[in-house]
Amino acid sequence: MLEIKDLHASVEGKEILKGLNLNVKAGEIHAIMGPNGAGKSTLASIVAGKEEYEVTKGGILLEGEDIEDLAAEERAHKGVFLSFQYPVEIPGVTVTNFMKTAINETRKAQGLEEMPAKDMLKKIREKSELLEIDRKFLSRSLNEGFSGGEKKRNEIFQMAMMEPKLAILDETDSGLDIDALRIVANGVNKLKSEDNAIVVITHYQRLLDYIVPDFVHVLYDGKIVKSGTKDLALELEEKGYDWIKEEINA
Amino acid sequence: MELKDKLVSSFLAFENTVDVDTAVHDIRSQAIKTFEEKGFPTKKEEAWKYTSLNAVLKHDYSIFPKEENALDFKDIKKYFLHDLDTYKIVFIDGKYSSHLSETTHDKIDVCLMSSALTHEKYRPIIENYFNKVARKDGLTSLNTAFSREGAYIYIPKNKLADKPIQIIHFSTGNEAAQMLQPRNLIIVGENSHVQIIERHQSLTDNPVLTNSVTEIFADKRAFVDYYKIQNDNQNASLIDNTYIEQHAQSVASVHTFAFGGNITRNNLNFYQKGEGIDSILNGITIIEGKQHVDHNTLVHHTEPNCESHQDYKGIFGEKATGVFNGKIVVNKEAQKTNAFQSNNNILLSDKATINSKPQLEIFADDVKCSHGCTIGQLDDNALFYMKSRGIGEKEARALLMYAFANNVLSSVKIPQLKSRINKLIATKLGVNIGFDL
Repeated sequence: MLEIKDLHASVEGKEILKGLNLNVKAGEIHAIMGPNGAGKSTLASIVAGKEEYEVTKGGILLEGEDIEDLAAEERAHKGVFLSFQYPVEIPGVTVTNFMKTAINETRKAQGLEEMPAKDMLKKIREKSELLEIDRKFLSRSLNEGFSGGEKKRNEIFQMAMMEPKLAILDETDSGLDIDALRIVANGVNKLKSEDNAIVVITHYQRLLDYIVPDFVHVLYDGKIVKSGTKDLALELEEKGYDWIKEEINA
Repeated sequence: MELKDKLVSSFLAFENTVDVDTAVHDIRSQAIKTFEEKGFPTKKEEAWKYTSLNAVLKHDYSIFPKEENALDFKDIKKYFLHDLDTYKIVFIDGKYSSHLSETTHDKIDVCLMSSALTHEKYRPIIENYFNKVARKDGLTSLNTAFSREGAYIYIPKNKLADKPIQIIHFSTGNEAAQMLQPRNLIIVGENSHVQIIERHQSLTDNPVLTNSVTEIFADKRAFVDYYKIQNDNQNASLIDNTYIEQHAQSVASVHTFAFGGNITRNNLNFYQKGEGIDSILNGITIIEGKQHVDHNTLVHHTEPNCESHQDYKGIFGEKATGVFNGKIVVNKEAQKTNAFQSNNNILLSDKATINSKPQLEIFADDVKCSHGCTIGQLDDNALFYMKSRGIGEKEARALLMYAFANNVLSSVKIPQLKSRINKLIATKLGVNIGFDL
C-alpha cells in the first residue's frame, strides 16, 4: 500500500527526515511513536502532499506508484487521508457542505458522477451515527468553536465519509477524553478492512489499547530506529524513550 | 471641450426638451449653478483621495439619449431575475423601454420619473420629496440639473409591494461614448414594504459613464430592502449616489454586490430621523484586472435608540484597487445608539490595493459603536486542509473566498436573488461548484 524508501526531506533548508524507510501493506495497522521533534508530523504532512516540505532524496510509493509529484488533492483522489493534529477552522463552510464538496470533487476526479443528494444524506447519517455525532453539529461551520475532542471526532467522521485506502492519524488521541477516545477508536476499527491501511502517529500507548497495531515503529531524529510488535509500545510506555536514544548514540 | 463645460452649456438645450413650467424647474436651475461652481470632485477632496475620475471624464460623451434602441428580451434575459415574478422598469440608453417593462398603478405606483415630474397629480409628492434628502454636492447637483428619467416608486401606507421591483439600465453602444444620469425617487409609506433590485448593464465596449441618484424615504415602520448588482463590463463606470431618509422604527437595508466595471463609486448615505430605526449596509466586492471599487458610506444617527450595521467584504485580485470609507455620525441627542461597522478584505496579489478608513464622529456619551478592519491573504493551512480532502486548488480558493463573503449573502431575503448572486460569484471565481452553504 505505502512504501517509503530512504526518504530525506527538509523545510527551509533544515533536514527533518534523514533516510526514513517504512512499508505498510493493505490490511495492516502501523503505529509510529517517538519523542517530540522526531519528525512524526512532518512525515504525515509529506505523505499527504504539503508543499512546504522539500523531498531531497528517496521516494514515496502508493500502491507501487510514485506520488511525489502529485498535489495534495490528487493524492486524496488516490485514497490518501490525513487526520490533522490541528484541524483548521474554516468559518462559513458547514461540515456537511465541506464533505459534499470533498466527495463530489473526488468523484469528479475519478470520472464518476456527483453522488445523488439522497445517497449523500444517507451516508452522512450513517457515518455521523458511527461517530456518535449530533446532527446539529453537521450544520456548524467547519471546526469553528469546536472543542479539541469535537475536532478530532470530526476528522474521523471525514475519514469515514472519504473511505480512504491509506489513513494517517496524526495524534488523533490528543484532546480526547476516555469516552471520546473509545468512540473514535471504535469508528476507526469499523472502517478497517483487508483493503485499506492505517498509520497511527502517537506519543502515548493509550490509543493503541483500542486501535491495536500490527507493527510499532520508533521515529527518532528523522529515521525509524526500532520496529516491533505492540509489545514495543508497552515497553516505551513503561521505560520512556531515553533507552532508545542511548542505544542509538552508543 | 471639457465635459464640465459641455454639460453646463448643454443645460439650455436640455431645458428646451422638458416642461419648464414646473416646481422642478427652479431646482434644476439652481442645481446647474451648483454644479458649475463645484464641478467634478478631484483627488484633493478628502472623500475622493483614492478615486480619480480624470480618466473617465476625458471621453467625449453624448449626454442626451438620441434615438430609441430596441433590444430583444431573449438577448438580455440573463440580466434579469427571470425565474421570479417582478415589476420591471427598464431603460435602454436612458430611454424607457415599455416592451421590456412591467409597471403598475394598482394601489402602488411603480412607474417612471418622467411621468411623476410632469403630471399634475404627482405634483404634491414631487414638491415634498424631490431633491430633499439628496446632498447638494457637484455630482448630485449635476444629476439634479438633468433629471428627467428614472424609476418612480410610491408605496402608500399599509401596503406591501406584492412582488420585488427590478430597475435595469442597459446601454447598447449606439453612441461612441455615453453618459447616463438616471434619477430614482422611492417613497415607502408607514408600515409598508418594498424590495428593489437595481442593475446597470453595458452591452458594449464603448465607454459608458453613469451618474445615478436615488432618493428613498422610509416612513414610520416601513421596510425597504435594496439590492444593487454591479457586474458591468470593463469600460463602464458608475457613480451611484443613494440617499435614504428613515423615520421611526423603519428598517432599511442596502446590499451592494460590486463584481466589476471600470470605476465604481458608491456614495451611500443614511439619515435617521426618528427613534428605533435600523439601518443595514452590506457589501461584497470581488474584482480583478485594473478594476476599482470605492464604497463611501455615511450613517447619521440623530435620535436615541437606533442601530446601524455595516458589513463590507472585499476580495481583490491582480491590480484591482478598493476603497472603503465608512463614516458614522452620532449626534449628542442620539443616546443608546448601537453602530457597528466591519470591513474585511483579502488581497490575492501583491499588486492589489485596499484603502480602508473608518470615520467615527460621536457626540453622545451613552452609545455602543465599534469598527473593525482586516486585510489579509488566503490561509495556506486552510488551503492545504481542503486540498487534503480532495478539493482542487482553484475550488479550495474559491470555497474559502465564498465562505469569507458568506455572512453578507445570508442576509439576502429573496432566494432567487441569492442563488443568482451565488452563480455570479462562482463565475467570478472561475469555478463550477454549487455554493449552497
